[in-house]
Amino acid sequence: MLIVDNDQCTGCGVCEDNCAFGAIEVVDGLAVVAETCTLCGACVDTCEFEALTIEGAEKSVQVDLDSWSGIWVYCEFRGGNLATVALELLGVGRKLADARGVKLVAVLIGSGTGDSADRLIGHGADIVYRADDPVLHFFTDETYGAVLTDLIRREKPEVVLAGATAIGRSFFPGVANALGAGLTADCTQLAIRADDGALLQTRPAFGGNIMATIECPGSRPQMSTVRPNVMKELEFDSTLSGQIIDVKLDPAMLKSKVRVLESVVSENDDVNIQEADILVGGGRGLDSEKGFALIRDLAKSLDGSVSASRAVVDAGWIGYPHQVGQTGKTVAPKLYIACGISGAIQHVAGMQSSETIVAINRDENAPIFNVADFGIVGDLFEVLPKLISKIEEQRKS
Amino acid sequence: MKIVVCIKQVPDAKDVRLDPVTNTLAREGVQSIMNPYDQHAVEEAVRLKEELGGTVTVLSMGPPQAEDVLRQAISCGADNAVLVSDRAFAGADTWATSYTLAKAVQKIGDFDLILCGKQAIDGDTAQVGPGLAIQLDIPFVTCIQKIREATDKELVMERMMDDGYDVLAAGYPILLTVVKDINNPRVPSLKGKMRAKKTEILVLSAADVGADPAKIGLAGSPTQVVNVFPPPPRGERALLTGSIDEQVEQLVEKLAVYL
Repeated sequence: MLIVDNDQCTGCGVCEDNCAFGAIEVVDGLAVVAETCTLCGACVDTCEFEALTIEGAEKSVQVDLDSWSGIWVYCEFRGGNLATVALELLGVGRKLADARGVKLVAVLIGSGTGDSADRLIGHGADIVYRADDPVLHFFTDETYGAVLTDLIRREKPEVVLAGATAIGRSFFPGVANALGAGLTADCTQLAIRADDGALLQTRPAFGGNIMATIECPGSRPQMSTVRPNVMKELEFDSTLSGQIIDVKLDPAMLKSKVRVLESVVSENDDVNIQEADILVGGGRGLDSEKGFALIRDLAKSLDGSVSASRAVVDAGWIGYPHQVGQTGKTVAPKLYIACGISGAIQHVAGMQSSETIVAINRDENAPIFNVADFGIVGDLFEVLPKLISKIEEQRKS
Repeated sequence: MKIVVCIKQVPDAKDVRLDPVTNTLAREGVQSIMNPYDQHAVEEAVRLKEELGGTVTVLSMGPPQAEDVLRQAISCGADNAVLVSDRAFAGADTWATSYTLAKAVQKIGDFDLILCGKQAIDGDTAQVGPGLAIQLDIPFVTCIQKIREATDKELVMERMMDDGYDVLAAGYPILLTVVKDINNPRVPSLKGKMRAKKTEILVLSAADVGADPAKIGLAGSPTQVVNVFPPPPRGERALLTGSIDEQVEQLVEKLAVYL
């Protein structure tokens, strides 16, 4: 419960301004907490007078935290390929494992995984648990969840990570819930505290307006999904060695009440915008579907992929898988070029982690310029053709 | 067909602005709304009821004012509404929330289908739906973009994936979370609004649903927020200058490493 010390509170209202949930109001010179309070703690840090404290209820069940050891990464394998984010997670996982002096373990689930396990070792894994079976060709929450849950129960890792992809964000919540483990979604930073092994999981909250760091103080494993394109993968090193363990699969684990009839891959090969290094995003400023073609041309000139704001997707100029923002995908490419996108907070939340952001917009007051590293104020129909020809010229030379 | 739809009251994100000078949230005049994804879940439930018969019960966990979104769901065609509300729920993370909702669903009684929005726009975790299914020991599928066929025995549906979509078939009971592509929610009818005003909302406390005090609120939450801070600033506005040709030239130079 959030406690206000009425002797310390001056009624300054700083807490009220900092509450994302509208849960504090200054009444008669004192802060009053409403039921909408989520105990996020944002106000506690902003109070100069130390008038606010969160009184936590004691955890009733404490597990023996030290009996859990090892950093695990679920390595997504779909359609015959390892997901790039799997290798990125081995990169950060290696750091965490070294900081704790424990093994880095990869979990590979799928069918026809070929030399993938060796690749995972070359990218830093000490051990690979491989569950390779024709039944696991298609992803289902039940089968993948059962395999991973069983492995975690037997081996007791302290940390388990997955990419914040459609698959990771679907079956990890089920696994964590079954284990009674804490799970933090969409992390963008991970660190480990050396003395007690607490995983410090940082994620954007409230549409990216605030960052929150989350811990799992009394439970193990500590589970996170991590956004693609945020962590750095290690260079493949063929001299690294590791152990591959084939997981014995109990037939009960391979049963699913949900049957996959078909897996349809979108005909556009650039649909997975979270994996793109260069993204060109188009907004309402393109005026029409015809105008939006310029975005495709610019993307093509850069060998990049095409994304869009919600307005464009709602208008039907491009499909939902291309939507960037709070209700679409979160992307963090090396280069993001926003064309005719005003930069509403919901859009910015989905792309602000990009390495370099370029904004092109006719309205110099558009908020997108606040997050841009380079901005051009101008008419898209003049700027984009010139930009495309200049880029093509540059790339030829 | 007995359908339960879980809905959440959230602050309207479009009203939330970041003060560019102080980098704090300006939340003046922020309205509370039904989580946008949940509106699609309610609509799909009402459509299935219209097709197959049955009842739609909407369920929310939240403060007393969350009644507003339950009434909104009634005005859009839901039949019954249940609010689980208790100060003891404060600080609940997704584990404690899914536990609490599961206890409430068990209290409500039989169900065939549970629908949830893909995620709530205030937390964006997408964890409560799957967690609720696990607590109830039923299968779940997330991110449903289309229900192709529904009978009282089976559903055939499309779930959105990063690279396209999967076509799935499943029986009942099952929990589904939906994305906004699944339908266009209807506008409440006048009759619906009248009914929403009159409908009695069942309010249940932690004790009413038989929740274990150690598993709810902050005490029942394995995760805990330990720090909140503004995102690192991205630097100054850096508008290029000169004629359009000059600006394009400068930009291509700046982007040379990516070309």
